[in-house]
Amino acid sequence: MTTSPTEQHAADPDERRSGTSTVRYVAGKVGGALVSLVFVVALGFFLFRMIPGDPLVTMTRERPTGPEQLAHLRERLGLDQPVWQQFLDYVGGLVQGDFGTSYMHRRPVAEMIAERVAPTLLLVGTATVLAVLLGLWLGVRAAWRRGGMFDRTQTGIALALWSMPQFWLGLLLLIATQGVFPSRGMTSVDPPDGFALQALDVGWHLTLPCLTLLLVIYAQYMLVMRSSLLEEMGADYLRTARAKGLRDDLVRRRHAVPNALLPTMTLIFLQFGMVVSGTVTVEAVFSWPGLGLLTYESLRGPDLPVLQGVFVILAGSVIVMNLVADLLYRVVDPRVRAS
Amino acid sequence: MSAPVWARRRAAAVQAWREFRTNTGGLLGAAFIALLVVFSLLAPLLIDQDGLNVVTATGSPLEPPSGAYWLGTDESGRSVLLLTLWGARVSLLVGFAATLLSVVVGTLVGVVSAHFGGWISAVLMRITDFFLVLPALVLAAVLMAVLPKSMWTVIMAIGVTSWPTTARLVRAQTLSVESRPYIERSKALGGGHTHIIGKHVLPSVLPLVFANTTLVVGGSIIAESTLAFLGMSGPEISWGSMLDRANQSGAVTAGAWWYLLPPGVAIVLVVLSFTLVGRALETVLNPRLKGDR
Repeated sequence: MTTSPTEQHAADPDERRSGTSTVRYVAGKVGGALVSLVFVVALGFFLFRMIPGDPLVTMTRERPTGPEQLAHLRERLGLDQPVWQQFLDYVGGLVQGDFGTSYMHRRPVAEMIAERVAPTLLLVGTATVLAVLLGLWLGVRAAWRRGGMFDRTQTGIALALWSMPQFWLGLLLLIATQGVFPSRGMTSVDPPDGFALQALDVGWHLTLPCLTLLLVIYAQYMLVMRSSLLEEMGADYLRTARAKGLRDDLVRRRHAVPNALLPTMTLIFLQFGMVVSGTVTVEAVFSWPGLGLLTYESLRGPDLPVLQGVFVILAGSVIVMNLVADLLYRVVDPRVRAS
Repeated sequence: MSAPVWARRRAAAVQAWREFRTNTGGLLGAAFIALLVVFSLLAPLLIDQDGLNVVTATGSPLEPPSGAYWLGTDESGRSVLLLTLWGARVSLLVGFAATLLSVVVGTLVGVVSAHFGGWISAVLMRITDFFLVLPALVLAAVLMAVLPKSMWTVIMAIGVTSWPTTARLVRAQTLSVESRPYIERSKALGGGHTHIIGKHVLPSVLPLVFANTTLVVGGSIIAESTLAFLGMSGPEISWGSMLDRANQSGAVTAGAWWYLLPPGVAIVLVVLSFTLVGRALETVLNPRLKGDR
């Protein structure tokens, strides 16, 4: 959350361009990701053992509980076991998809997470697609007329958006459009009949959260597309294309842009960490019923088993996405493979 | 250290300041930050703290801006102007302290891993990459959820999650410094680890760290406000906790823009100032960027 635009890259370029063989490269990246996943699981366990005091006290704060009940709870939650035994049970549970039980809702955490995945995917997916399109378009325009009015305005807007807390942007949009768009949830209290109308209803609810997330993430695509196109623009093949007498527009569309697209493709996956942080605040502002809102609710509770599960899932998926970015980079860019 | 060295460094500093002065954005940012820091230090003398207390506040809830309350009142009848001015203290303190922690850890990890190399470097870089990839906000929020909530744990949570970029930067810079011949000469003359790091590596790495630091402060202030908005902060008044209360008390649906705008605008102005200063410093201190713009 503290990296400024353009300096966010999972691996430095030298490392990627080095002449190691594909097998070694893939093995190294997959191995690294696996180590990170193990770290996340361990962190997920030990962080939640750092809580000062007895978890049972937190759980039973508002309910009078007898000593027998306490002993029973302790046994059921495995809190009477030594720490290493608890850790093994926890890892064993994770492997089988058992994330424990929510303190507040008395439901399996895995179930609660599962029902929140689809709304988040809808929000993140729509926002990402739109952000890529908008970012690429603006980036190409800014780079083609480098230093011009458009370029400077766009960089200025990107800088201003970066200086803005995401949730505040969401609150501003809410108060500015007062009542035009729904302020919370994914569907109306009383959803209309028929698939088309229901889809429209969801789309209507989606507008503001999606717009907020879009504004938060598009700048990164714009900046990367801009710098990547600037790198291409001095290339000889563009001069050749111009010498052939191609129109400026065609040179840009057919020759320059396709080559400059490569770095932005991996960015979709590299940016996932930022998108995850964005969804937590955006979903909290708009009460969008996804994983971000679940994180927010479990933080507020605090509902520690849910928080633990969400943390492992979110951090794990970010690690996987970064791995995909690293591998994809190798696949899509023939220059890296050949070297 | 001998006098000529200091004379040379002083000359370099004067030169850097001369170049920095030509950057209007950086200068404006620096002036704004300086003003705000001085004001925050003097705030306890200038502001009547009774106005910050829910019990002794005199206004009625969510009053729109008027002659008595220039920026209206919050849900407990306190002046939003007063709260915003007071909030600068915690937001700036958390921003600076978290940055200090983050930069110290990042510099240490970066220098040690680049200088010693081998398995130490491998382990440290593995850890750095791990923290670089993790969504920092989520990790910081989880830390806050399991630790007692206070301003100091907020500083710790932000510092602990934001050091990896500094570590990467410092490592790259240290590697490039240590590959130069004068380091080899120093080693040949019997210079130990502390001598090389203290006398050669740090002086050439620190200017870049300094430029990076101003960018980290901006990020830390945003992080503080985001954590506070998620309810993960101490009881102190900060811009983030104001926005959290505004959201919780239904100021958005009530259309109380005067409660939402001031803390947010304050955050944007401060973060923008730090970013402008950071970018200006980068152009001055990083020779590779010179002549590029």
